[in-house]
Amino acid sequence: MATSETNGNPTAPVPPEAGRSGFPARSMVGAGGGAQGGVGAGARRRKPIFRIGARIGNATFVAIAVAVFVLLGLVWWAATASGWVKPIFLPSPVAVWTQLVKLAGDGTLWADAKISIYRIMVGFLIASAMAIPIGVLIGCFRIWEAAIEPLVDFVRYMPVVAFVPLTILWAGTADTQKFLIIWIGTFFQQVLMVMDNVKRVPPDFIGLGRTLGLPERKILTRIVVRSALPGIWDTLRISLGWAWTWLVLAELVAATSGLGYRITVSQRYFQTNTIIGYILLLGLLGLITDQVMKALERVLFGYARRGR
Amino acid sequence: MKLVVENVSRVFPGVRGGEPVRALEPTNLQVATNDFISVVGPSGCGKSTLLRIIAGLDRPSAGRVLLDGKPVAGPGPDRGVVFQSYTLFPWLTVADNIAFGLREKGLPERQRREIVASYIDKVGLRGFENHWPKQLSGGMQQRTAVARALANNPEVLLLDEPFGALDNQTRGLMQELLLGIWEREQKTVIFVTHDIEEAIFIGSRVLVMSARPGRIKTDMPVELAHPRHYTVKTSPAFSALKARLTDELRDEAVHAANEH
Ligand SMILES: Nc1ncnc2c1ncn2[C@@H]1O[C@H](COP(=O)(O)OP(=O)(O)O)[C@@H](O)[C@H]1O
Ligand SMILES: [Mg+2]
Repeated sequence: MATSETNGNPTAPVPPEAGRSGFPARSMVGAGGGAQGGVGAGARRRKPIFRIGARIGNATFVAIAVAVFVLLGLVWWAATASGWVKPIFLPSPVAVWTQLVKLAGDGTLWADAKISIYRIMVGFLIASAMAIPIGVLIGCFRIWEAAIEPLVDFVRYMPVVAFVPLTILWAGTADTQKFLIIWIGTFFQQVLMVMDNVKRVPPDFIGLGRTLGLPERKILTRIVVRSALPGIWDTLRISLGWAWTWLVLAELVAATSGLGYRITVSQRYFQTNTIIGYILLLGLLGLITDQVMKALERVLFGYARRGR
Repeated sequence: MKLVVENVSRVFPGVRGGEPVRALEPTNLQVATNDFISVVGPSGCGKSTLLRIIAGLDRPSAGRVLLDGKPVAGPGPDRGVVFQSYTLFPWLTVADNIAFGLREKGLPERQRREIVASYIDKVGLRGFENHWPKQLSGGMQQRTAVARALANNPEVLLLDEPFGALDNQTRGLMQELLLGIWEREQKTVIFVTHDIEEAIFIGSRVLVMSARPGRIKTDMPVELAHPRHYTVKTSPAFSALKARLTDELRDEAVHAANEH
């Protein structure tokens, strides 16, 4: 059957592409539309910054973010330099910086950070390694969901802080106790979030796998888990943030090393500059891990990102 | 007969003590080899239910489906499906999406590449092999989905409103594309749509389904010569068919609207 050549023509059709790129243009017109016609139209046609969802440039974004940090730093500096707050409550930025440099110089800071990072890595990896398979399982099979989900939901609402004395009874003040607290704080949340990630896999993906003749086991690994992976990664990123909190909590209460331990000791000697320096350091470490995870997400799951 | 639907019905249990939904009344249907059947009906009349039962993705409450004389027990690669929703795997390129089923079947790389390349050509996606689905327009995504289904060489191709989300122009081009492939390759196809014009243009037989309880109301052959050019849509014969089916469907739509 020799049929029309019109059919197989590749790229020629596809108006949606044009429609897509036309969308932002159209909304721009809509935004400026109200200002048309008057004498001062040109002047009134400013960029509508406070239109919901309005875009700003990357440079502007970074500039604003940096400005907020600088501004807060200045307020802090002014409050201390003017003598308005006593250094024992809030030392100046310079004092905090000097103290951090000193602690870095004699190696204390690095040793503290190293042991804390080690603890969070081990605790978080154990929790994640357990939560991902269990979350996938209860996301896929109602029987497992019935067995595990209500239990996890129950435990999840028990305050982690209340487990601290118990974990010390069980595991002393060794690293195991820190792992345990991190585990209790993250595992149960992770399970539920991974379950949710898995449940969001489009049912038609699974139906498609079946019509292609894939056995259930392969549908689970090749389609369900693969499809949920970006979501699971996001779950890990978010729960890693919480893990930092639980780590420091564990170290504050019972430890002989680590960032949290240093903060407790410093309180005893009224070294407010160390306390504040370490709190800022913890914020920085959290920010860095988060940004690293986000960067990896872009590399690993770039295919799924909206826009190009 | 390639495919036989025998007294197939489907009742969904009522939600929260509500009335059970009779989605499909006992339905009979015989599809000859290489026939192209379009199924048209108002939304909610059981088109997807029928298609999913044929695909094996849903179980009939009664009755059975026979493919080549053998009862269908579940989904399988002998019945390829194209869904209305975009079901390309976002983590695979266009070529890898089309190759997915072949790869899982364990086909050697070289054969796989040949098959994929031939279907890339057939659906007009040459040059887009290495694109991610998110980089494609809706029409291109559905073309890839059609290629993926065809690449596995199913006995029967089932399409559930595959062009339903596309704009009119793209939809017209997609109809021509699919029809062209069918005219050249021959395949047994069941094509579900809610668009009368689409049903007539693309099908050799149009089934009209009625709403609640869903059943096949009319079974009408479309005697328009192949190969069909899109200009056939403005021919008197086409218009006459369209008028008749519009009438039938209008009754159904009114009926369905009154029930809601
Ligand atoms: N899984 C289900 N559970 C309960 N009711 C369903 C289910 N699937 C479909 N239905 C009902 O069956 C009827 C037919 O649905 P469907 O086959 O999807 O219609 P169509 O595809 O023609 O729009 C509808 O009333 C719908 O609400
Ligand atoms: Mg449907």
